[in-house]
Amino acid sequence: MSLLEINNATLKFGGVVAVNDLSFSVEEGEVYAIVGPNGAGKSTAFNLISRFYEPFAGTFTFDGNNLLERDADQVADLGIARTFQNIELFEHATVLQNLLVGRHRHRKTTLLEEMFFTPRVRREEERHREAVEEVIDFLDLQPYRNKMIAGLPYGVRKVVELGRALASKPRLLLLDEPASGLSVEETQDMRWWIDDIRKQMGITVLMVEHDMGLVSGVSDRVLALADGAKLAEGTPAEVQANPAVIEAYLGAGAV
Amino acid sequence: MRIHFKTSYQHDIRLFPDRWTLCVYGALLALAFALPYLIGEFYLGEVTNVLIWAIAGLGLMLLTGQTGQASLGHAAFLAIGCYANTILIEQGVPFIIAFPLAGVITGFVGLLIAIPVLRLHGIYLAIATIALSVLADDIIVLTEHWSGGVSGKFPEMITIFGFEIERWSMPSRFYYLVLVVTIICTLFYRNLLRSPLGRAFAAVRDSEVSATAMGVHIARTKGKAFGLSCMITGWAGALMGYYAGTFNNETFSLVISITLLMMIVIGGLGSIHGAFFGAVVVAFLPQALSILKDNVVGSGVAIPGLETGVFGLILIMFILFEPMGIYGRWLKIRTWFELFPFARKDMFRRQKSYLKTERLR
Repeated sequence: MSLLEINNATLKFGGVVAVNDLSFSVEEGEVYAIVGPNGAGKSTAFNLISRFYEPFAGTFTFDGNNLLERDADQVADLGIARTFQNIELFEHATVLQNLLVGRHRHRKTTLLEEMFFTPRVRREEERHREAVEEVIDFLDLQPYRNKMIAGLPYGVRKVVELGRALASKPRLLLLDEPASGLSVEETQDMRWWIDDIRKQMGITVLMVEHDMGLVSGVSDRVLALADGAKLAEGTPAEVQANPAVIEAYLGAGAV
Repeated sequence: MRIHFKTSYQHDIRLFPDRWTLCVYGALLALAFALPYLIGEFYLGEVTNVLIWAIAGLGLMLLTGQTGQASLGHAAFLAIGCYANTILIEQGVPFIIAFPLAGVITGFVGLLIAIPVLRLHGIYLAIATIALSVLADDIIVLTEHWSGGVSGKFPEMITIFGFEIERWSMPSRFYYLVLVVTIICTLFYRNLLRSPLGRAFAAVRDSEVSATAMGVHIARTKGKAFGLSCMITGWAGALMGYYAGTFNNETFSLVISITLLMMIVIGGLGSIHGAFFGAVVVAFLPQALSILKDNVVGSGVAIPGLETGVFGLILIMFILFEPMGIYGRWLKIRTWFELFPFARKDMFRRQKSYLKTERLR
């Protein structure tokens, strides 16, 4: 059974069909990329998985759990973490605090214990901190640990957001355009990290990305979307050679 | 320039980052405990007033500064705390139980009100909470049987295991009581900040979308913030009742709510220090103004609206020139000295924030 299975998902905004009868599945341990022109429904598909949007039809199954029975905040508990296209960090908090919010689903202490800061809370805090430090080491964020997000450059924010998702120790990581707005070097770093996330941490990655260099470099399978529907699916090379994909991107008669 | 050399995660978890800070706050605490021996009764009363306002400020700060939900209805919760405490004591409950219970009751009432009210955002939330302030007045008048209505109530003398405390005849005992409550509330606040719930509050304040994606239940977290905020405010209300010596439906008016919100903005949103700095301004400004007025135009002349005018002016000045409040200004001055001569003029300039994800839902 696949880790994430989506069958016949449909979502309309008024008369606009954002996602149209979309089906795909992500296998455990692979990097799966979704590509497509602007407005193809890539981010909408992500928001459906995160349960921010309620689909009109379709089934969403993660590891045998019906996602549609969960609320948006319960998705994280299943082990799904995500990043956002336009970076949604907690601006008036430090990098460390941002990453620690990623540990929210692992908290075990109650309100009363936290008010009195019992030894158990202290131990838990240390445990969370250890997990976060692993992420900091992994992503080379040491220089920024106690910096406020509000003062950080774009490229670092992007990495912090990836770190926050990793800190929750997910099974499935949803990356919404991890390389958008990054320089060539930063994109290269992102590529090694995604590779390592899969190989070292054993986390399945589902990503939306426009940078075809990054997509063909890291992903096992690619899904091409246009107008909310599936255009092609297969290895990066197969999808790039698909005439329908070329037509969607460049228009008919371009080749 | 001080450098924190950290060797253990405890450095970041414990209350004071280093020995120097511990000494500073230790000295401050020692001074606070020695205060009744250092200053006269009048000024001790004023300091007590500052501390009570600071507790109320901490309560609102938790909601507005930490969780980002503005409330213009906190005077209502001051009232609930005050009346709950007084009525419980009149029913024969000893102070040592009645006082904490008054806060807990206020917290629960706050939680109940939060469930519908916190579905609103921004200006709508502010308007809804104004309604609370207005309602509180009417409810106190309507429930005259318990609340004493317009004629008001007089809190009884506090007795803790036979030990008597009264605001007028023994101001130093009352001061110590308020000081202890202040310290407990500050510790609660600080503990929450360094644990998962405090971070969830900040997450809700800064980005509800990604807080949800990280598994934070928005409504539940806001509800907790509102409840805890009201609990602390309730304690402040109970102490305010004792401080005033008498209270009725007009004691906790909308003006008090506005003053509270103004206080934390002037002090500096989102910090414990801000609540205390703001309280100093709010409690001392009327006195300072009247002394100043007496010296400038003579004590016989009354200037109506002077206080509110100056308050408004100060608030506008702070919003325009120092949105981070007095605490923000203090941080800037401290950083300038710590980095001397390397501080740059625009170090605290807020960067333009990047495009935010369009609001989902």
